[in-house]
Amino acid sequence: MSKVFAFHGGIHPPENKHQSTQSVIAKGPIAKTLYVPLQQHIGVAAKPCVNVGDTVLKGQRIADAQGKFSVPIHAPSSGVVTSIGERSVPHPSGMPGLCISIETDGLDQWIEHSGLADYPTLGKDKLIDYICDRGIAGMGGAGFPTAVKLHLGDDHIVNTLIINAAECEPYITADDLLMRERAEQIISGIGVLQFLLEPSHIIIGIEDNKPQAIRALEIAIQDCKHNIDVVSVPTKYPSGGEKQLIKLLTNIEVPHGGIPADVGIVCQNVGTVYAIHRAVQYGESLISRIVTVTGDGVKKPQNYDTLIGTPFATLLDAAGYIKENTHRLIVGGPMMGYSIQDDQIPVVKTSNCIIASTREEMPEQPPSQACIRCGMCEQVCPVQLLPQQLHWFAKGQEYQKAEQHNLFDCIECGACSYVCPSNIPLVQYYRHAKTTIREEQQEKRKSDLARERFEAKQMREQRAVEEKAAKRKARAEQAAKAQAEKKQQAQEVESTQGVDQQQLLKNTLKEAKLAVAKIEQEITNNSGTEQAETISAQDIKLQKAKAAVEQAKQAIVKSTQATAPIIDIKKLKREAAMANTKLSKAKQALKTAQEKDQPGVEQLAATIETLSKQADEANNAFENAQQENPAEKTTSTAPAAKPKAMDADSKKLKTAAAIARTKLKKAQTALQSAMDNGDDTEQLSQDIKLLEDKLNKAQSAYEQSQNATSSTQTSTASSASETSGDSSHVDIKKLKTAAAIARTKLKKAQSQLDKLTDDESNSDDGAALKAEVATLEQKVEQTQAHYLKHKLAQPADSQSTESDASQRQEDYEKALKLYTKAMTALDKAREQNSPHVEKMTTSIEKLKRKLDDAQAALPDQNTAANSNNDDNNQSQV
Amino acid sequence: MALIQISSPHVQRPTKTADIMRLVILATLPGLLAMTFFFGWGTLINVVLASVFALLFEALCTAARKRPVGFFLKDNSALLTGILLALAIPSFAPWWVTLTGVFFAIVIAKQLYGGLGQNPFNPAMVGYALLLISFPVEMTRWTAPFDINGNSWNILSFADTFSIIFGIGASDPSVLLNLDAHTGATPLDTLKHRNGLTTEELWQSSSVLANAGAWYAVSFGYFVGGIFLIYRKIFTWHTPITLLVTLAIVSSIGFAIDPDSFADPFVHLTTGATMLGAFFIATDPVSSATSNRGKIIFAAGIAILVYVIRTWGNYPDAMAFAVMIMNLCAPFIDQYSQPRSYGHKKANTLSSGGK
Amino acid sequence: MTIIIAVSVLLGLAIIFGLVLGFSAIKFHVEGNPIVDQIDSILPQTQCGQCGHPGCRPYAESIAEGEAINKCPPGGQATIEALADLLDVEVLELDGEHDENPIKTIAYIREDECIGCTKCIQACPVDAILGAAKQMHTVITDECTGCDLCVAPCPVDCIDMLPIPTTLNTWKWQAPQPYQTHSKNLIATDKQPAVETLS
Repeated sequence: MSKVFAFHGGIHPPENKHQSTQSVIAKGPIAKTLYVPLQQHIGVAAKPCVNVGDTVLKGQRIADAQGKFSVPIHAPSSGVVTSIGERSVPHPSGMPGLCISIETDGLDQWIEHSGLADYPTLGKDKLIDYICDRGIAGMGGAGFPTAVKLHLGDDHIVNTLIINAAECEPYITADDLLMRERAEQIISGIGVLQFLLEPSHIIIGIEDNKPQAIRALEIAIQDCKHNIDVVSVPTKYPSGGEKQLIKLLTNIEVPHGGIPADVGIVCQNVGTVYAIHRAVQYGESLISRIVTVTGDGVKKPQNYDTLIGTPFATLLDAAGYIKENTHRLIVGGPMMGYSIQDDQIPVVKTSNCIIASTREEMPEQPPSQACIRCGMCEQVCPVQLLPQQLHWFAKGQEYQKAEQHNLFDCIECGACSYVCPSNIPLVQYYRHAKTTIREEQQEKRKSDLARERFEAKQMREQRAVEEKAAKRKARAEQAAKAQAEKKQQAQEVESTQGVDQQQLLKNTLKEAKLAVAKIEQEITNNSGTEQAETISAQDIKLQKAKAAVEQAKQAIVKSTQATAPIIDIKKLKREAAMANTKLSKAKQALKTAQEKDQPGVEQLAATIETLSKQADEANNAFENAQQENPAEKTTSTAPAAKPKAMDADSKKLKTAAAIARTKLKKAQTALQSAMDNGDDTEQLSQDIKLLEDKLNKAQSAYEQSQNATSSTQTSTASSASETSGDSSHVDIKKLKTAAAIARTKLKKAQSQLDKLTDDESNSDDGAALKAEVATLEQKVEQTQAHYLKHKLAQPADSQSTESDASQRQEDYEKALKLYTKAMTALDKAREQNSPHVEKMTTSIEKLKRKLDDAQAALPDQNTAANSNNDDNNQSQV
Repeated sequence: MALIQISSPHVQRPTKTADIMRLVILATLPGLLAMTFFFGWGTLINVVLASVFALLFEALCTAARKRPVGFFLKDNSALLTGILLALAIPSFAPWWVTLTGVFFAIVIAKQLYGGLGQNPFNPAMVGYALLLISFPVEMTRWTAPFDINGNSWNILSFADTFSIIFGIGASDPSVLLNLDAHTGATPLDTLKHRNGLTTEELWQSSSVLANAGAWYAVSFGYFVGGIFLIYRKIFTWHTPITLLVTLAIVSSIGFAIDPDSFADPFVHLTTGATMLGAFFIATDPVSSATSNRGKIIFAAGIAILVYVIRTWGNYPDAMAFAVMIMNLCAPFIDQYSQPRSYGHKKANTLSSGGK
Repeated sequence: MTIIIAVSVLLGLAIIFGLVLGFSAIKFHVEGNPIVDQIDSILPQTQCGQCGHPGCRPYAESIAEGEAINKCPPGGQATIEALADLLDVEVLELDGEHDENPIKTIAYIREDECIGCTKCIQACPVDAILGAAKQMHTVITDECTGCDLCVAPCPVDCIDMLPIPTTLNTWKWQAPQPYQTHSKNLIATDKQPAVETLS
């Protein structure tokens, strides 16, 4: 007979066990629908292996284990899988989890199954796999996969197997009744464990408040060949805690951070042992368990052998549930269980008890008072912590100190909260502190990872820059070499006459260019300051300088034309490129200036126009020169060059459109910020309108050019039509993007409008904004129209037509949404007697018209699609 | 009925803070009765007076701090502070002394630090120490026990005591003038101001020491109350028993070394505020050390300080100062006296040395 | 003569100490500035740049050189406190121009609307966005730090910053609400530590 030791602390709460031990274990009712959660154990959730609509038999596997720390799940009864989805599961958060719902057919028909009559011949590993396959996880509370524990024999020496039958929590009697009625089967289960773990000693630890169960077990072990002791321990909560029971029975403490196997001990719950017996003897999977249904909220507290997945309500009803009296529903015991808010939550493998308590039975906690450091919590703590210190740390968010005070050794048994005279929810503080610390650790890990990735990215970018620089250098060297060679050749070829003159001219050009660059620099610098006058003055200077450059250029061109046409073309090309660069630079300056909202903007814009003209001229000159030089180009390449040039042209236009768009975007942002500041918004919005017009123009120009390109291409060669199709395809994509952008802008403006209409004080701005919105809407329509046009023009298959139709549908929906939004805004305005009601009504009418248009477009889509196809055919011909 | 969702545990022991305080108040009754029996009505009047003041100040403070007044008054902690202070001061102390002491105890020492549970010092002892330093005359006006005035139960009448405390309406004006007739030295006073006599000579010559039975009785009353509280598990044995044992040991050593100039352990244990301090002051959970080991260190420290101050210090009794000095040390004691938690090889000592 | 001896002795001593100092300067040379590493480990590593520095480490470096510690909105007050603790400086309120966003968010790309411009990929400081040109992009949610640097560059506004959803695994026990009926505090200890918001 083993000696019994003691652990520190512990409490003696009222047991309340007698209520549910009056009658034997009853067969639980089969619920109409069973909700089987996929996560019933610690570890990875199981993965469903049935589909909705499948018919399943009792004991059939419905979810597979995923990895080592997981167990499969089996159908608790026969029926049809009706859904796999989120449902309330037993969890303190009350949050839903994935469940398989099975509509039972009432037949409760078993799948074919048979036990392992002679498991010793099977071998340990196979037997453990078999137990895992039967879905067995710890049934004491945590739900630790049993197979993992059984593998402990592989790398640990297991001296002692402890069967935890203490059941120290008040109210719960599931294990008590199980032992009273099925002691032999438990002993048989212990036999399996004996085979697997080969312990030298087996102790069944049981609290001395269960004399009948002790007697039953003692009778059952009489003719058992294993070294089993039934040890009764004094009734004291929490003697059923694994570590506490180990201390009680062996006087060994499980080291901090270790597991019992480290000290040669394995602990198994008595319910788990029973489940192992059922699995090995009969091949039954874990699909049912004994649940204590108790509390003053039920008429007849009793234990039920219940199917997993049975909603608690069904079980409670069987015991005479008085719903209106029930104040708290607790899953588990009153010390460590959690309250649930939904009585449809199902029984899982770990649910040992459901308590329906009345308000009188478990009154609400009075508000907590200050901690008076009475030390009672410390006296009862089974882990010998300093609960009140931990409480101070947790409350003051000094988590590091809490950790140092061994917060993570806390088993959350609730003894401290139970005795606390000030009603402090200590356990909740610890749980919060623990989860917060874990979260912080997680975050720390994440931030370390982020740092690593950030540094990796930085390094990569740096490397890329270096590589680029190296490449550029190499290229420059090569170019220089080539240049030198060419120069030599040219010098050989060229006559000495005219070279001096050219050199002179070149120098002048260079100087002029330098001057231009300087002035440009100044402009950019000054555009930051608010010196519009200087800007304009410098503009004039710039223009003059530019003119000088132009003259010089022309002079060079004239002088070189006669002597070296090839070089001339190249030079022209370079010049054209330079002009382009200048143009873009000037544009940049304009942008900055626009951002700063300065009066010099228009002048700058004018400059840019001139510059772009110059660029065009340069380009033209280049092209002319190219055309005028037939000696270099063969006749066959000439027509090909033209579309190329056109292509380049359209590209430029495209860039222009893009730039205009960016400008618009920026202007809008400026408008918004200005609106926030309440500045002269009207002027800005006009600017925006102008810009929008520009954009539209640019876009239309681009489209025209695109069309022109394609037309020329189609005219030159029949094979080119393919390219045209391609390009228009790309074009459509681009248009789509443009439409999306425009829509986004519209949305933004609309939300701005909504905000403003809410805010009566900003009514003037509101009007301006409304106008803006209207313009934007028009623009959206335009873009969409363009888009549709192009769609029509494009060789479309049925898919694109479909997308077209859906696009229309979307448009219609969007319009409808806008309309309703506007209506609400109008109503609001009416309520507030806003002076803008009239304006709003007109705009809403406009919207309505648009809506109607969209609606009209909707039923036509089929015909439109047909005509689409027709058009396409024609265009292809 | 709607189901509620709260954290476990779902059951609680019905003993609450207010119950604990009430039990402690109840446990002071034997001592209080003994005081009243041997030293007259003064203590009783003071207790009532201090209780009223304490509740008043507590209510004012909680109201000023915008806390629910009723909720905080009902925890009985202010009441207990008032009663302990009243038990500590001389029974003829005028009403304004009580008022000042209670004001300091409740307002300064307790509420300004954040109320119940936050005060680093024992409030009653802060009040007492302040009074002892500020009003030495009033605070040494100890009543002579009745049996000095003959063998019958002969103490000042309730009305006279009342008028002494409030300084008005005495039936016999001479009472106020001849106050000194009713007061006398305490045994510790006598032992302190020994005028060159040895302890033995003192015992023979001093009527106070010869008739110290009244003080023994009062100490016994507190002792009984304290044992009752240990029995009811309001506090553990660690603090009071360690305190008494340490005091006994220390004074025994002193007595063994020089019986002529040091008082014997019995006197140390049974006179003065030893019993009151050991069971009611040092056990104040808020300001004492936390763990069992800590409590032992804490109590031993108090005992040694008490002996040192009594023997070599300026004051005849030292409980208040000793307790307050050890209150100061309590956080450090807590730091270094953590218990060994389950599964750990040894206790945490350097808990939070560097953050 | 004595003067010469004294001078030479002093000179000798100076040389010896100079050698010792020079030797120890080489021998016990500290690589880098460890305080920067410590600061950097406290910063949340969102690399969001809201402090005005390109990333967390540059900010850590400039904190080490004396910049204010209250410019990190993702870290919030907790980071400020940790930094104040480390550097032994006063705890400051979070800089006024940044408002703390206590709810942690991560970016999600509305994939239908993504046009595949790769701008967000370039903007992401921690390489948490996957995708190629003209291909739909997506955010690796585990890697996203919620810096929202990818939101601004998106030309079609298809990136949302959504709060991280709580799952059964990440669910957290809420701290008990202290019994307090008024927010006004007469004395310092009445102030409760800020109750953490439930994420």
